[in-house]
Amino acid sequence: MSTTSKRLRTLTALGALGTTVALVLAGCGARAGDSASAGGTSAAPSCVDTSGDSIKLGFLNSLTGGMAISEKTVSNVLHMAADEINAGGGILGKKIAYIQEDGATDWPTFAEKTEKLLTQDCVAAVFGGWTSSSRKAVKPVVEKHNGLFFYPVQYEGLESSPNIYYTGATTNQQIIPAMDFLATKGVKRLFLAGSDYVFPRTANAIIKLYAAKLGIQIVGEEYVPLDKDDWTSQVAKIVAAKPDFIFNTINGSSNVGFIKAYYDAGLNARTTPIISVSIAEEEAPAMGHEVTGHYASWNYFQSLKTPTNPKFIESWKKYPNSSGVTSDPMEAAYISLYLYKALVEAAGSFDVDKVNAAAKSNAITFDAPEGKVTLDGDNHHISKPGHIGQINPNNQFDIVWASDKFIEPDPYLEGYDWFPADIRKQLVDAAG
Amino acid sequence: MTKLKPWISLGGIGVFAFLLLGVAPLVLTDHWINNLGKYCCWAIVAVGIGLAWGRGGMLVMGQGVFFALGAYAMAMHLTLETAGDRIPGFMVLYDPLAPLPAFWEPFRSAGFTLLAIVLLPVIVSGILGYALFKRRVKGAYFAILSQALAVALATLISSTIRQTGGDTGLSDFKYFFGFVLNDPANKLLVYLIAAGLLVVCLLAVWQLYRSRFGELLVATRDAEERVRFLGYDPANVKLVAFVASALMASIGGAMFVPIVGIITPAEIGAAASILMIAGVALGGRASLFGPALGAMAVGWGQSSLGSTWPDGWTYILGLLFIVVILFLPNGLSSLPARFAAARRSPAPPPPTPAAAAAELEGVRS
Repeated sequence: MSTTSKRLRTLTALGALGTTVALVLAGCGARAGDSASAGGTSAAPSCVDTSGDSIKLGFLNSLTGGMAISEKTVSNVLHMAADEINAGGGILGKKIAYIQEDGATDWPTFAEKTEKLLTQDCVAAVFGGWTSSSRKAVKPVVEKHNGLFFYPVQYEGLESSPNIYYTGATTNQQIIPAMDFLATKGVKRLFLAGSDYVFPRTANAIIKLYAAKLGIQIVGEEYVPLDKDDWTSQVAKIVAAKPDFIFNTINGSSNVGFIKAYYDAGLNARTTPIISVSIAEEEAPAMGHEVTGHYASWNYFQSLKTPTNPKFIESWKKYPNSSGVTSDPMEAAYISLYLYKALVEAAGSFDVDKVNAAAKSNAITFDAPEGKVTLDGDNHHISKPGHIGQINPNNQFDIVWASDKFIEPDPYLEGYDWFPADIRKQLVDAAG
Repeated sequence: MTKLKPWISLGGIGVFAFLLLGVAPLVLTDHWINNLGKYCCWAIVAVGIGLAWGRGGMLVMGQGVFFALGAYAMAMHLTLETAGDRIPGFMVLYDPLAPLPAFWEPFRSAGFTLLAIVLLPVIVSGILGYALFKRRVKGAYFAILSQALAVALATLISSTIRQTGGDTGLSDFKYFFGFVLNDPANKLLVYLIAAGLLVVCLLAVWQLYRSRFGELLVATRDAEERVRFLGYDPANVKLVAFVASALMASIGGAMFVPIVGIITPAEIGAAASILMIAGVALGGRASLFGPALGAMAVGWGQSSLGSTWPDGWTYILGLLFIVVILFLPNGLSSLPARFAAARRSPAPPPPTPAAAAAELEGVRS
């Protein structure tokens, strides 16, 4: 009996100790509604070391898991850009010393590694990511630590952050040009096929709004999870709906299953062509089926004739582990590092607030392989040319449509009256 | 000797608590405290698996289900707390006009959320366990069924993107029951809660293992029929252990959310559920500390070895797993007993099932 009461006493003591510790700590933490809680004011001072002759940058992509096949290319091209910049003298005279981390196609891992890069390795900025899910996992972490993240892939827009720079297209630079192209082709019946996650869902919500304005009828909408490859039953619905065109927002290897089911069902590029926003030069030969005649909407194509593109292609072909072809996401990743160099050199500092202040001039430019891009200092996106390419038998793209000028980034679609203002306000508020 | 043993275990828990709650916050950086908090969450789950599998013989391959119940209950509350009186941002993104799904509404209340974290897994595992154990479903069938449930739940969450955040998951929590999560002092508080809960779970199983129930549970594991002939209903014994392990998984999941800041179906599916088991097997499923320490070791390996050697880490884990299963079926915590046995008899006989069972008894403390 006495042992039981002793045990109870021990337990009570431990519990009391824990409660005391918790209460003491609760006394010092900020509560909701405190003045300091609103912004990132509680972020610790930056630990970035700028005294040496090198500067640490973090590269974060999935080197393992399902997205590795796409993201390794982005990772390699970042290494190539770092080597090029170092050969040219570095950033502000400091050589780039990069730390590569693996996001492992797991969104919490992206968050953990970003925090490690910013607080343990004390990098000046983080580059990488691919899926919108990974970006959404990184966003709170860079905002909390007032770090910088450069995201290189086209995405669904409706987002902006003082701590993220977006060097891929937002919707008005890829989705809307694709819809404009379909309108010029006289498309009346459109089918939407996508992977089941943030980007396709949001892109299709925007497509539906714009289609109503253009007088294009959406005859069906189907989603399959990112990691599933069987599209048979969904393609049967496409056959039944008889669309003029299919808008494809499927990402990754699920495209292979979609293309297979598409041809198995007797569809082809003459009767029911596909326009994609994630099949580029890298992916086209990997579809397991000839995809000649289908379309893709991108800003950069390997076939673009610009002054800087030949050199970019040449360097990439010579680079170790190169796939031999260039594509839009790689080019955007390449831009991201050079854009950072331009920003830091305009700011004269690696300090995040000074870099952001330098961006506000709206005068940061880079002669990219897609043309001369300009950074918008308010929304942290860049201007881009819109292009539609048609796949030729060499799995390269023939440019069949181009925007008449560079399209200014408009992530919240403020310049488009068909996008409901109340929804925009809700989204901005929710992001706030 | 036998009288002293419980106090050794209790002393061990004391030392463990001192290291986690007293020493770690002083010597570790914020980043590693946060990581340690995450390992503590997995360790809480592992303590439950140790109870159900190590002591109860139920190979629970789907603890991700209960982890998810706690994690998503917590994540829904934190999402609503962050959103205030607005609809969470991701829902606006997918379907701007639809209202908040009805099942989210009660999670506005902090009290309901805490209650749900405790009661949901108890109810679900209670019904599930009752149905299975009364029908005498066990062994591989039980393992496959529990694993299938984890896969099904992960798929369900992935495919209901507007209701649950889908594959992207729920993230970007600003507040934790009124505390600003960005504040390092509050982050430390959340860590201390997780570490404290781990210590409480260890104390709970320590007490369970030395109780009559603990004896009965081991008896059920080793000879279920005999227990039945003695007049006990093994189904009830297993049910209690299963419900307790589900509750711990839910608590681990609930604390995972404020610490890691994001929850996705990938953290609860088949691969995640197996990884939870892997740590337990590595540490020693039937021992008191083995499951917790094993889970923490696997977590640490993922963070640090996964950083230096991303391609190699999973192979190392696999290799370690094979070595442990082949040579140390009762995990690393059976090493001391092995050494002691080796010292007593210089040429140990090859491990027979009987010897392995005896060793399993040996690591129980």
